[in-house]
Amino acid sequence: MQTRQRVSLLLTIFVATVLGTSVAQNAGTSSGYPTPKDGFSASEQRGHGLYLRYCVGCHGVLGDGEGENAPYIDPKPRNFTLGQFKCRSTPTGTLPTHEDLVDTLRRGITNSNMPSWRPLSDENREDLVAYIKTFSPRWKSDKPSEPIHIPAEPEITADRIKAGEAVFRKLECWKCHGVEGRGNGPSADTLQDDQNRPIKPFDFHDQTRFKCGTTDRDLYRIFMTGLDGTPMPSFADNVKPDEAWDLVFYLRTLQPMNSKEKQIAKQLGMKPINPNAAPAPAQTENK
Amino acid sequence: MLPHSRRTFAVRLLLAFLLAALTRDASAIPAFARKYGLPCSACHEAWPKLNSFGQTFKDNGYQLMNDRDAPIWQNPSYWPVAMRITPHWHYESQGRQTIDSIPGDATSPPIEKTIKTSGFDLTGIDILAGGTLAKNISFLLVPSIDPGDGTVGFESANIRLDNLVGTPWLNFKFGKEELDLPLSEKRMMTFSNVGGAYELYHFVPVGEPDEFFSFGENQLGVELMGHSLNDHTRYAFSVISSTNGELGLIGGRTYDYYGHLSQGFMAGKLGLQRVGVYGLVGERPTFFLTSGGDPIAGSGRGNRSFYRAGVYGSLYIGKFDLTAVYQRAQDNVFLANAVSAGTPLPLGAQGPQWNTGTFEAHYTYSPKLFFIGRYELVRMAKQALAANPGDLGNTDVFTIGYRYYPFMHSRAGFAWHQEFATMRIKGTSGTGLDQRNSSYFMGFDFAF
Repeated sequence: MQTRQRVSLLLTIFVATVLGTSVAQNAGTSSGYPTPKDGFSASEQRGHGLYLRYCVGCHGVLGDGEGENAPYIDPKPRNFTLGQFKCRSTPTGTLPTHEDLVDTLRRGITNSNMPSWRPLSDENREDLVAYIKTFSPRWKSDKPSEPIHIPAEPEITADRIKAGEAVFRKLECWKCHGVEGRGNGPSADTLQDDQNRPIKPFDFHDQTRFKCGTTDRDLYRIFMTGLDGTPMPSFADNVKPDEAWDLVFYLRTLQPMNSKEKQIAKQLGMKPINPNAAPAPAQTENK
Repeated sequence: MLPHSRRTFAVRLLLAFLLAALTRDASAIPAFARKYGLPCSACHEAWPKLNSFGQTFKDNGYQLMNDRDAPIWQNPSYWPVAMRITPHWHYESQGRQTIDSIPGDATSPPIEKTIKTSGFDLTGIDILAGGTLAKNISFLLVPSIDPGDGTVGFESANIRLDNLVGTPWLNFKFGKEELDLPLSEKRMMTFSNVGGAYELYHFVPVGEPDEFFSFGENQLGVELMGHSLNDHTRYAFSVISSTNGELGLIGGRTYDYYGHLSQGFMAGKLGLQRVGVYGLVGERPTFFLTSGGDPIAGSGRGNRSFYRAGVYGSLYIGKFDLTAVYQRAQDNVFLANAVSAGTPLPLGAQGPQWNTGTFEAHYTYSPKLFFIGRYELVRMAKQALAANPGDLGNTDVFTIGYRYYPFMHSRAGFAWHQEFATMRIKGTSGTGLDQRNSSYFMGFDFAF
């Protein structure tokens, strides 16, 4: 056989083998890694391979947040076996929706080691979430609640910002987050998460993004759903939707970026709250 | 064409490939994995080949953009340095080499013989230092130690200002860097003397004196680069010195200009596909001012032009991917025939033109097992001398190999590598016959 023919034959065999196997695997389920459990769906098995490729270093093979890098990471990686998640659109104590988890993967969690997985495909993220759900039996026994309703964002006004300040005082947000929102309230040093690990309150003063999003709606959602597993409770039972929006506008005045809220607060000459002062009378007109 | 030119052509081609194979950098940097706590597989399909997440990380200036990018977040003991080397055994066969029929007797009639050799060896060691100096200020420094004479060269040394005015569309790099090429030679998955460099970047037409421009090698200059948030749309524009990456202003006073534009798109379950175009135009001096007959470095004159332009597509079907590149290239007649501009050209001299096709396929069974196959062909469209046979120097290279990574974590990388490559060059032996060179390579590739 001529050399050219031999090379052509080898090339043809190689391409045919590779194409055949890859098409079969793409249509099928194999990740290339041994699959540890039976009964996985196709999506879960694909997710298993992706999990080992991207996530296992921090979240661990068992999904318990005890990956090889976990000792060096703060905040600690999520323990998926608990079936408890901070960033949800659902009420406190309930499972997040599938979309909540996909959003977290796409967005990443700022101020932590969790990066944005935006470069992955939509299907990759779907598969990863499907696999992550296999770690906790909660996903079989419970069903996620409906997402909370978030009313349309009202117009920002000076009165709303002042009302938000009153809510900040009433809910005693300052005890953890501090009177200036620097995360240095009197309780800050004593806070622990559900696994008894020290945890720091959010510092509004020098951070522009929240763990669970960046928009006003995200901020509204955070304190109406709470961050499960952390000392940050849900205030859904304590504040009305209107008050929650007021609080959103006030919290924006504590952040470093220029915003309409910050400009209004400057015009009003607002100062950090004095928690010991008597509360100002509520002002509800002109909202 | 003189037989001597034919002989030296094949030798030079091999030397160029050997040099390119010995100098790789910016390939797989465990220091990044240690910094972010991610396994190698997060950024690499199989290291050193980047996946889409790793490409985005690189395009963001070695940042994950999660507020932990600045070095202030690292433990003070963290040192952003990694090293990589590949001890190996290789076999080389160089076909139809012209040798003296009586060894040591230069007057004996020359004969042609295939020279075969084998033995244990080392690649150059790369010291890979990279990361951020501050948020949105990145750097890469790669001193590389030659395994032969121990000399140290700087493969890369650059600073990058990232996300200027808050947008990923503006990033500015300054220093010695790899051009934003469709196939990175610094992340090449093959190492052998024959398969360890791309013809796409290193082919030199028969008769040209030297490889005056090594496309795949790192160059000195600046780069303006930008990308969309998801990295699907990318552009890069570079202005580089005409020194072919060499230090010391040794050439002329001209610059080369390189541009690259690509667009990625998701094709359902198949994954990310990409198409792109690129091109480079440049000039090189054809003579130097002299002192006592010796050329004065940096005084190049009589500049003449050359260009490289190509289109490519990267197709992903699950774990299989194929990149196909077509490139058209031309060198000016004075450069190709080593004649000073303004002086008479040899009879039939012309600017050579050639076309290159590169087809590189990968099959990533898992991040631990990776297969590669590559076929490159070069076809001359116009020879440097009209009297040369039309197919003189036409080249075909076929490479196949695999890499096995026994473990995959965030502290170090380790791979068993096997590869075979063979190359046929048309009509370049001393007697005008084809030459075939082959390499077999096996070894341990490790980085930590």
